Amino acid sequence: MDTVHSPGETELLPADIEAIRREFPVLQQEFYGKPLTYLDNAATTQKPQVVIDRLRRYYEQENANVHRAVYSLGELSSKAFEDSRIIAQKFLNAASEKEIIFTSGTTDAINLVAATFGRANLGPGDEVIISAMEHHSNIVPWQIVCEEKGARLKVIPIDDRGDLILEEYEKLLSPRTKLVAVVYISNSLGTINPVKKVIELAHAHGVPVLLDGAQAVSHLPVDVQELDCDFFALSGHKVFGPTGIGVLYGKEALLEAMPPYRGGGDMILSVTFEKTTYNDLPFKFEAGTPNIAGAIGLGAALDYVMSLGFEKIAAHERALLDYATEQLDAIDGLRIIGTAREKAGVISFVLDSAHPHDVGTILDHEGVAIRTGHHCTQPVMERFCVPATSRASFSIYNTFEDFDRLVQGIRKVQKVFG
Amino acid sequence: MDELRDLYQEIILDHNKNPKNFHVMEDATHKSDGHNPLCGDRLTVYLHVDGDRITDVSFQGSGCAISKASASVMTTALKGKTVAEARELFHKFQDMLTREDAAIPDLDEFGQLAAFAGVREFPVRVKCATLSWHTTMAALDDENKIVSTE
Ligand SMILES: Cc1ncc(COP(=O)(O)O)c(C=O)c1O
Repeated sequence: MDTVHSPGETELLPADIEAIRREFPVLQQEFYGKPLTYLDNAATTQKPQVVIDRLRRYYEQENANVHRAVYSLGELSSKAFEDSRIIAQKFLNAASEKEIIFTSGTTDAINLVAATFGRANLGPGDEVIISAMEHHSNIVPWQIVCEEKGARLKVIPIDDRGDLILEEYEKLLSPRTKLVAVVYISNSLGTINPVKKVIELAHAHGVPVLLDGAQAVSHLPVDVQELDCDFFALSGHKVFGPTGIGVLYGKEALLEAMPPYRGGGDMILSVTFEKTTYNDLPFKFEAGTPNIAGAIGLGAALDYVMSLGFEKIAAHERALLDYATEQLDAIDGLRIIGTAREKAGVISFVLDSAHPHDVGTILDHEGVAIRTGHHCTQPVMERFCVPATSRASFSIYNTFEDFDRLVQGIRKVQKVFG
Repeated sequence: MDELRDLYQEIILDHNKNPKNFHVMEDATHKSDGHNPLCGDRLTVYLHVDGDRITDVSFQGSGCAISKASASVMTTALKGKTVAEARELFHKFQDMLTREDAAIPDLDEFGQLAAFAGVREFPVRVKCATLSWHTTMAALDDENKIVSTE
């Protein structure tokens, strides 16, 4: 199979992609004697050498607990940690670094909002609006708090392509709505939701909006002020950073008004047995010793992405998406699940002849790593009447050849199950 | 590639395409649902037990080739066995899939079940091959119980 493709101006040239690939040690490996074709980036992204080196430097030269040390080493770690917060602030274009709360990931960030904002603002009969394409991590925390408070979860339906049905969303908004929580880019369908519109409509009703940005941050530039979202959650490991670290962005006024999440060290100003005074933002929400190395590694990862530039990333991924969609569409007996107007990074599909689990096993033997299953979005599987899908999700370091290998692998699957 | 050929043997592919005893059993005495949330496999096993003997077995559901073929072969293997024999066969089958040192099963006794020996090289697929068996054991232990491999 040959690849005919002429790169445009802002696009990364094959040589640029080669250079990027060389920065990711994992990609240099082989499995079953074949080069690793890593197409599971929606689950987690690989780490560039700069991130790995940064973690190593932290542990070799800067390791000390943050915010409490009077000695120089502790100043180094505190500075590196707080510098990363400023990098994250820049990355999201937040108005203040006080609005950047380090969490263990997207799941933790959403749970934080559910447990604080949710508990404080939801009462019997109130409603939280989510969508039919949410990851379980943006469903279950709301179910828990709704159940506790006698509130209700409302779901924006999606159409057969995997687009939100905005007219239905408008009908759901009411004086009972206390929060809208939606995913920016769907991890199982690839849909890029019109979040600006979603936010405008919610704000017209005075309702704040949380965006699950787990998939978004590696594919498109995020400007929380431009979007005017009220909360934004992300995971470091999905944007070339370490696992166990993430960010919750929240508008300062909202965060100020929210009760603390967990109690412990670092989140307090003073403690007596009678009364505790909580620390200022963002520390109020960061109880205990944080994931210092993770935060610093995340800073390095975000710097790395910004240095590549989203214009180039987007152009390359657009070209990959078009190429891959065309190639996969041409396979008889293959159906793509998720054909939204705006898509990024993800192609889910099912084969007539083989179950996704068998597809995954056979592709693995071709060195091709994809995900099979429900992708933590069981309601999406139900919506499209499939038990599971195979999902190829890509990133900056993927190539047209990666998709050629995927297609070859699928043909092999079809031969086995022919 | 050889490992793959061992996994997807002709017998397994045939049973996947044309599963045996693939239907609902109206007069089942035992029935149980099995679910593998990892891959979305769902199946129901039906048994007709007369005294101590399994006189009929069938299944319904959807799943990957390994789980479907395994359920199909299992139904043919269990028909006519006593409950005690069924349990023993399950343990031998499980050993074959999971234990390095398990004896190569006697083809006469094991029949088509031996086709699943290749699954041992694919630890993540063991659950697929044993889902129908776990579900059957649950049906025999306690009717209408939902089994999950997680
Ligand atoms: C859209 C979306 N939201 C939330 C999450 C949860 O992220 P994490 O597991 O890093 O907390 C994921 C990860 O799979 C995701 O894809």
